[in-house]
Amino acid sequence: MKKKMISTILALSMVTAVLTGCSGSGSGTAATTAAKADTTTAAEAATTKADSADDSGKTLTIGFSQVGAESDWRTANTESMKSTFSAENGYNLIFDDAQQKQENQITAIRNFIQQEVDYIVLAPVTETGWDTVLQEAKDAGILVIIVDRMVNVSDDSLYTAWVGSDFELEGQKAAEWLNSFATAKGIDPKSLNIVDIQGTIGASAQIGRTKGLQDAVDKYGWNLLEATTGEFTQAKGQEVMESMLKSYDNINVVYCENDNEAFGAIDALEAAGKTVGSDIANGEVMVMSFDSTKASLTDVLSKKITLNTECNPLHGPRVEDIIKALEAGQTVDKKKYVDESIFAVDDTVKSVTVDGNSYDVTVVTQDVIDQRAY
Amino acid sequence: MKSKKLSRSGLLLAITIVLFLLMYVSGMLIFSDKGFAKPQMFLNLFISNAGLIVIGCGLTLVMITGGIDISVGSVTALICTVSAFMMENMGLSAVSALIASLFIGLLFGVVQGYLVSYLEIQPFIITLAGMFFARGMTAVVSTEMISIKNELFLKWAKTKIILPFGYTNKKGVYIEAYIYPTVVIALLTLVLIALMLKYTRFGRALYAIGGNAQSAVMMGLNVRRDKFKAYALDGFLTGLGGFLFCLNSCAGFVEQAKGLEMDAISAAVIGGTLLTGGVGGVVGTLFGVLIKGTIASLITTQGTLSSWWVRIALSALLCFFIVLQAVIGSVGSKKNRAKLV
Repeated sequence: MKKKMISTILALSMVTAVLTGCSGSGSGTAATTAAKADTTTAAEAATTKADSADDSGKTLTIGFSQVGAESDWRTANTESMKSTFSAENGYNLIFDDAQQKQENQITAIRNFIQQEVDYIVLAPVTETGWDTVLQEAKDAGILVIIVDRMVNVSDDSLYTAWVGSDFELEGQKAAEWLNSFATAKGIDPKSLNIVDIQGTIGASAQIGRTKGLQDAVDKYGWNLLEATTGEFTQAKGQEVMESMLKSYDNINVVYCENDNEAFGAIDALEAAGKTVGSDIANGEVMVMSFDSTKASLTDVLSKKITLNTECNPLHGPRVEDIIKALEAGQTVDKKKYVDESIFAVDDTVKSVTVDGNSYDVTVVTQDVIDQRAY
Repeated sequence: MKSKKLSRSGLLLAITIVLFLLMYVSGMLIFSDKGFAKPQMFLNLFISNAGLIVIGCGLTLVMITGGIDISVGSVTALICTVSAFMMENMGLSAVSALIASLFIGLLFGVVQGYLVSYLEIQPFIITLAGMFFARGMTAVVSTEMISIKNELFLKWAKTKIILPFGYTNKKGVYIEAYIYPTVVIALLTLVLIALMLKYTRFGRALYAIGGNAQSAVMMGLNVRRDKFKAYALDGFLTGLGGFLFCLNSCAGFVEQAKGLEMDAISAAVIGGTLLTGGVGGVVGTLFGVLIKGTIASLITTQGTLSSWWVRIALSALLCFFIVLQAVIGSVGSKKNRAKLV
């Protein structure tokens, strides 16, 4: 009897707890309901004029599964998507942060499918393991757009398009800039002694950026002393630079495959008593880098990094272009690259040409840094 | 004594089930237009968590004996990576990968079980070492991410079991509800373990050991052997669960399944299994897993909340259940004292 009473009390208290729990998030729910009401009316409106070809009033629901928030680059990427697919622009964005876990992304995509979103945008944590869940999306008739990293699936039709960076082009731009710079300064290509601090071996950024440099080395006859991985980290970049300095005393160009490695390399160079800068002829060591985060552009401004090639995180507008094209019934390119700038310390080289396309070089000023989103 | 304990665990289980139903039904009401009421949304809870259900079953067994196993997440990563490596880099079949997975799991269970039961070392420390070892070995096998493309494996992973119901989506296409074979295996395992706990001598012995190991010895139970068997079985289930996990992710890499052990432990606790041992069951663990899945699902469906709220909601639930268990426990012991007086 007593036991029964206790259990009743417990059950009651529990229900109360659940109810308060619900009301705690009530404001959020109310907001969603309100937003939902809008959507419903919009949908109804769309239905009433269904026969007319004009679909511009339709709210598109986009499910976006993001890797996480591990870096400034990633945060800028998320913000770009959020500002592009905002309610003002006529979208309903469902955003899910996977906290670096692939299984969370798989679960989120399944959830998007059940919500019958119009498009799924996926920034995959890993390149692999997407066959099953993307097949489910395809079966449900939902188009998938991949951003940033590529996915490695057995059937290419599982995704509609990919938006990201052309890492090889980034490498080519940097190498072409170095060639133009050396020519302008009257430096003999044979006297360029380059070391390459590579990214994590096998990462698409590493492969593309290394290839861009390697091809130029073969083409222009530069000396590539050594290429070793710095695993995209500052600590490893510093370590690798230190050991390279012990092996070679004639290094005058350090090609770092991301900003963090550049920070580490600069520390190691300065600790070894070298001066970093662009004046190779007078014994300075030139540091080249990729990504163009705010912190690294500050280093360009203070002339520690000579050239920084951008890796653009602002994917939102590109993804929107694809979705608009698909909505209009057009076909889209399977691969879509984002535009990326080149930031240099001075205007010795005004533009570089790769494969017949010309790319302007931006000279870094405080204004340029202030305008950066990340 | 025994009957009272069982009813206590029955009460905890009932609370978990009611809580799950409340959460799910309120989700269905609030998000009915966002697909939450669809049967497939419910089935997805099982599809995404099949591996966790099986691993949770194993963990529940050792928790009933008063032990713990925090190596399961790392062992899962090891199993996925070894399976992927065997199939992709060595060209072996999916069947041999499955056998290797079960063997690795069992091996961890046997070694950890031996150290815990026969050498009487703290299970937390042993399985912590196991956790580091397995994660380290995963990196030794491969630091690269391996994508599984083995035909038979993908066939296992992608074969849908179509159910006799479904829904019509907004484009007017009828979509049948489905589950994957992993779900069937997970639920079958769950039923077998539940029956074993309830009706076999070994199953009852686990409760006796967790309730009071000394009295269990005096009752004539071979405590060491049964404890050892519990860990071995836990290891085997981790092997199976790890393989199911791998079928869901179709890949192997070092960072996989990080924190999975904590998900499994919290599912067991929410399901009414006491960390001190002697009380609990795998059906509760199933509901613990479903509750975790439902919270994640609710937050994703809501669409604007940060997904870190899943953790916050889970932690609140954990606190709630631990306090609840303590309250029920103290009420029970007070009644005991009253009886003695």
